[in-house]
Amino acid sequence: METRQHETTPRAKGVRRTVTRTLFALAGMFAFAFALVPLYDVFCEVTGLNGKVDTQGRALIAGEVDQSRAVSVQFVTRTSAGLPWNLEMETRQIRVHPGQSAEVGFAFHNTADTAIRGRAVPSVTPARANLYLRKLACFCFQEQHLQAGERVEFPLIFQLTRDLPADISTVTLVYTLYPVADEAALQARASSDKGGEA
Amino acid sequence: MAPKLPLHHPVEQSSTANAGGQAAAHPAPRYGIKRWLLTTNHKEIGSLYLIFSLTMFFIGGIFAMVVRAELFQPGLQLVEPEFFNQMTTMHGLIMVFGAIMPSFVGLANWMIPLQIGAPDMALPRLNNFSFWLLPVAFTLLLSTLLMPGGGPNFGWTFYAPLSTTYAPPSTTFFILSLHIAGISSILGAINIIATVLNLRAPGMRMMDMPLFCWTWLITAFLLIAVMPVLAGAVTMMLMDINFGTSFFNAAGGGDPVLFQHLFWFFGHPEVYIMILPAFGIVSAIIPTFSRKRLFGYASMVYATGAIAILSFMVWAHHMFTVGMPLTAELFFMYTTMLIAVPTGVKVFNWVATMFRGSISFDPPMLFALAFVVQFTIGGFSGLMLAISPADFQYHDTYFVVAHFHYVLVPGALFAILAAAYYWLPKWTGHYPNLRLAHWHFWLSVIGVNLTFFPMHFAGLAGMPRRIPDYALQFADFNLASSLGGFLFGASQLLFVWLIIKCVRGGEKAPAKAWEGAEDLEWSVPSPAPLHTFEHPPTFRHESK
Repeated sequence: METRQHETTPRAKGVRRTVTRTLFALAGMFAFAFALVPLYDVFCEVTGLNGKVDTQGRALIAGEVDQSRAVSVQFVTRTSAGLPWNLEMETRQIRVHPGQSAEVGFAFHNTADTAIRGRAVPSVTPARANLYLRKLACFCFQEQHLQAGERVEFPLIFQLTRDLPADISTVTLVYTLYPVADEAALQARASSDKGGEA
Repeated sequence: MAPKLPLHHPVEQSSTANAGGQAAAHPAPRYGIKRWLLTTNHKEIGSLYLIFSLTMFFIGGIFAMVVRAELFQPGLQLVEPEFFNQMTTMHGLIMVFGAIMPSFVGLANWMIPLQIGAPDMALPRLNNFSFWLLPVAFTLLLSTLLMPGGGPNFGWTFYAPLSTTYAPPSTTFFILSLHIAGISSILGAINIIATVLNLRAPGMRMMDMPLFCWTWLITAFLLIAVMPVLAGAVTMMLMDINFGTSFFNAAGGGDPVLFQHLFWFFGHPEVYIMILPAFGIVSAIIPTFSRKRLFGYASMVYATGAIAILSFMVWAHHMFTVGMPLTAELFFMYTTMLIAVPTGVKVFNWVATMFRGSISFDPPMLFALAFVVQFTIGGFSGLMLAISPADFQYHDTYFVVAHFHYVLVPGALFAILAAAYYWLPKWTGHYPNLRLAHWHFWLSVIGVNLTFFPMHFAGLAGMPRRIPDYALQFADFNLASSLGGFLFGASQLLFVWLIIKCVRGGEKAPAKAWEGAEDLEWSVPSPAPLHTFEHPPTFRHESK
């Protein structure tokens, strides 16, 4: 009876209202934390921050080539631990004019004796250059599946648009190879490694 | 060592004089362990929180002593580097989530109902639950040290992929313990908001509340806003580790830098969660012992609010070197420096409160004064770190360690000690032993500065943080830091002895234990009876 009385006092009502509102705020913030994951990518893509690169091909812009200046484009490839692949390239550096399209040959080589699935994750430095880089074809657009010892060639066709800021004279494209297949097997190996250390 | 709260205290204060008839409404008192397990009384839960945080303070302190002992001289002497990493990580986690935060919640539980004239917290049973989650969370966290592969070893900031791909197997337990501790903080925050907004004595407006209630209210809002983000981030870690997702794994299209953004979106408000209640404590103590009203009450409230809002716009200053564009570096540099303005308002107001006051240097005042000076040192090194180009030099050096220890130890911790000295007469009915208090204060001040001041120089000279061994030129600074650390650690034992003595006896304290103390808590007897303000007191407006 005592509690009934308490529940109807204005104070108890106020407490209930406060609690309801804070619970909604809590749920909202928890959802916001997860919403930040896609928002972060969208933000990076829109602003070109963080060197995040489109993972879909875009048409090149036709038009005049700006012959008055040349930009160095450097290529760096890295292979993450646990992926016995090489990503070979035709050249480490080329010079292009803004507006000019260029093609560079790359080749994946699986040195392991098993078939492996992997992908190349691209990034651009300086991050700003991302907004002026258009790729028609790139091996980074999809996963690669290589048989044991297989070697696959893949061209990269790209263009730096003519509105590339004048202060950018070098653009570095970085491709990091990661394994994607057999996630379960990789995890099992990782945990057995840890078990060995322990 | 629980402060002995009288079980049946005769109702003798005027505001509860006619409450005798209501005594039957209280359940029969319980005895033994059940009294503490099932209590819903804000004073008992407050004491539990304070005892718990003191215990954690000593456990985290032992870890710090291991770190300092290893760094006493160059080379590897005492512990393996792997264990050293676990010690630095656990020291940080325990001190942040187990010592500083729960001690502020304990003070809030004890004092907020007394300061606003409420009979208890708004949600007493939830209060019990949120306390008892803590021993569970920290037993789980500490137990990871005994697991195969050891406990967390990736620093208290647990950056991915160190804490996901390369983490020890016990990391899942660490995540769970952080979830539990987070739920505890959230429930505590809900309770404080509900209490402050709804249970104030009739006639007490928001702008009449003591500043401790204000700072805690704003802190509670910060907790509500950021603890779910931390929960989200550790949940993503959990899924990356156990369910094959790739939130922070670049191989699967994720981004490790995203972890840092999420962590510091929580982490920066978190550092204000650990300092705003300290501002409230110092704003109560300085006026009391200056025998003047607090200078600029309203500006203090607005400054606290401004700091809270700004705290959401500065997080990336923790990651200046991560590779942000210039615009972002500048934005976060300027917003960070902007925080110095409301903080400066506060320091100015404390000094102005003392100006032409009739000051006495009782132990609470000593700690509060040391807080103001030492926190300001920490604030200044923070300003240095805010300068983005300079931060590229300071980043991940001992300069950063010196900075955040100055705001957390001689800052937040000294404010907590000041609060303990200030309210011990109200909790126990006895004044703390003056001689012991003076010894504790002076040894602490010397120890803390000897520990952390040389770290500035070591950091500027290039000593990286989180390393078990270092280059020879840092040997002297580290020797001084270690000696200071041992002195500071040992002198905290005096504090425990002082509390035990104070609970057992000592000079009797009247209801108004300090001459200049004007807030509502000083209108109830000392020690405060188990039940106070069952009938709300009438609050008299002072002309502000």
